[in-house]
Amino acid sequence: MTRVVLADLTKTYPGAPTPALDRLTLDIASGKLTALLGPSGCGKTTTMKMIAGLLEPTSGDIAFDGRSILRDPPEDRGVVMVFQNALLFPTMTVADNVGFGLRMRKVPRDRIAARVAQMLALVRLPDLGSRRPSELSGGQQQRVALARALIVQPRVLLLDEPLSNLDAHLRIEMRDLIRTIQKDLDITTIFVTHDQEEAVVLADRVALILNGRLRQYDVPDAFYRRPADAQVAAFFGGCNLVAGVSDGGIFDGPLGRLTLPPGLRTGAGLLTFRPEAVRIGPAAVNALQAVVAERLFLGTQTRLRLHIGTQTVEAVLPPDQADGIQTGDTITITLPPASLWMMHATR
Amino acid sequence: MTRPSSNPGRPLLVLSGALLIVWLILPLVPLLIWSFARGWRFPDLLPQEWSLQAWEFALSARSGVLESLGVTVLIAATATVLAIAVGVPAGRALGLYRFRGKGLVELIILAPIIVPGIAVALGLHGVFIHLGLTNTVAGVVLVHLIPTLPYMTLVMAGIFANFDPAFEQQARSLGASRLQTFRHVTLPAIMPGIIVGGLFAFLVSWSQYVLTLLIGGGRVITLPLLLFNYAASGRNDLTGAIGIIYILPGIVILVFTARHLTGSNAAIGGFGRI
Repeated sequence: MTRVVLADLTKTYPGAPTPALDRLTLDIASGKLTALLGPSGCGKTTTMKMIAGLLEPTSGDIAFDGRSILRDPPEDRGVVMVFQNALLFPTMTVADNVGFGLRMRKVPRDRIAARVAQMLALVRLPDLGSRRPSELSGGQQQRVALARALIVQPRVLLLDEPLSNLDAHLRIEMRDLIRTIQKDLDITTIFVTHDQEEAVVLADRVALILNGRLRQYDVPDAFYRRPADAQVAAFFGGCNLVAGVSDGGIFDGPLGRLTLPPGLRTGAGLLTFRPEAVRIGPAAVNALQAVVAERLFLGTQTRLRLHIGTQTVEAVLPPDQADGIQTGDTITITLPPASLWMMHATR
Repeated sequence: MTRPSSNPGRPLLVLSGALLIVWLILPLVPLLIWSFARGWRFPDLLPQEWSLQAWEFALSARSGVLESLGVTVLIAATATVLAIAVGVPAGRALGLYRFRGKGLVELIILAPIIVPGIAVALGLHGVFIHLGLTNTVAGVVLVHLIPTLPYMTLVMAGIFANFDPAFEQQARSLGASRLQTFRHVTLPAIMPGIIVGGLFAFLVSWSQYVLTLLIGGGRVITLPLLLFNYAASGRNDLTGAIGIIYILPGIVILVFTARHLTGSNAAIGGFGRI
């Protein structure tokens, strides 16, 4: 159980014009599974390597349970990083790979053997101990790498794109395995991913990093319903952005006057709502006339592109609700106030 | 993978192999015969008389062969160890990192192979005299590093170019110290390179003549120097015996390390980048 606090963590590589990571401040609660999410090259892996002690920050601090660990060498931090490619040592058997951390700590041989068996059972590969890493599939290698990390009972587990090298069905299996093991062992776990779906499914909290800056740190749900700005919304597939002005209760913009839920920012800003939030049919507030510009049947859902005045709005409906709606029709839609959210006007 | 037996080019392979063996082994046969000959005049295919005289003399203290063998082994082994000690880090730098002036550094490292050894040695001679290193084994060892280091460094650079340093980071992250990481992760990965490079270094040192003569000043008599002395004095039987002794270590080393020189084993050096 370890609380991890990153304070103004910055890394500028020599010769680079801008920092790879710019003043990242993050408070990661003990025993939680946290995702560092962002496109490749945004500074996620840099962050991981700094926590692991494999890279020195340019400035800022990393503290475990209130104590800075920056001066500790990697082997004394109690952090284990599992790399994107499993990096199993090819000269050792699977069992020797898993036992590596304990051998380095001079644990007696028989105890290592017992723990290795336990760990291989945990990742559901009980019979592969005597194999060579090259004899394993990608998914098996990844699970052995996980067992090798967990055997030393790290305070903090770092997973660098743990699922990205796996096929779709293995991905789900590995995802569930990570989730189960992490909850069972209660290890503070940070993982890096560029896949927003992976982040929201797996993580308790998600930190979205774009261009080396933390943009939003929140529970997964919030990124869909309360994005911090237009880029965050775009990263999570948000497409309905309407510029206008809010006076606190009413939003005035190209869609006319819309009633807002209480507590949103006031002044000029961007209004957003999920395409799934759009309802068909009239209601007391926020009912609008829309022309169907395009209708796209996607199997489990139907996507509509609607013109409302000069504004284009995307809506996603269950297929049965979209029955009878044709391109060119004029329909009435409703934007429930609770589904509306205001963001900064800029960026 | 095709088995050799199903290879259509097999007869050609056997022929070229046989040719190569003949090419390499045949010149050694007269050497072997001479070492057991008392007299062997031109038109005869075999010596008129056989004798162990040359071997008796070569292995006696009077000839100086055993003493010289000891000195040669000492010098070659020390030069090899030093070449490994310098060549491994240097090869790592060249193989793993990109830095300004890397091309120039590579050229300078290669230079001793390109520039004739005698030119280098003549230039160094004055420096070594100044340092009191001439006529000493230590001086000869140092000067042998000039031709051995390039081989060692280049072999290691090739190995490290194939080595993913993330393996080391992974080991550190799992709790291994720097030393443990080197011992358990890096060393096994680069071992094929150390063996091959070390073998080159040993044999290059073993066969040095000019550098040893100049820096050793006639006081440090390695086997090639001794061999040349006897060859120049026209003692063909002794030359044959010493010659056989001289080529033995090369053959022994080759036999023990051949599996690292060719085939798939050489290719796994450095683990391979993923």
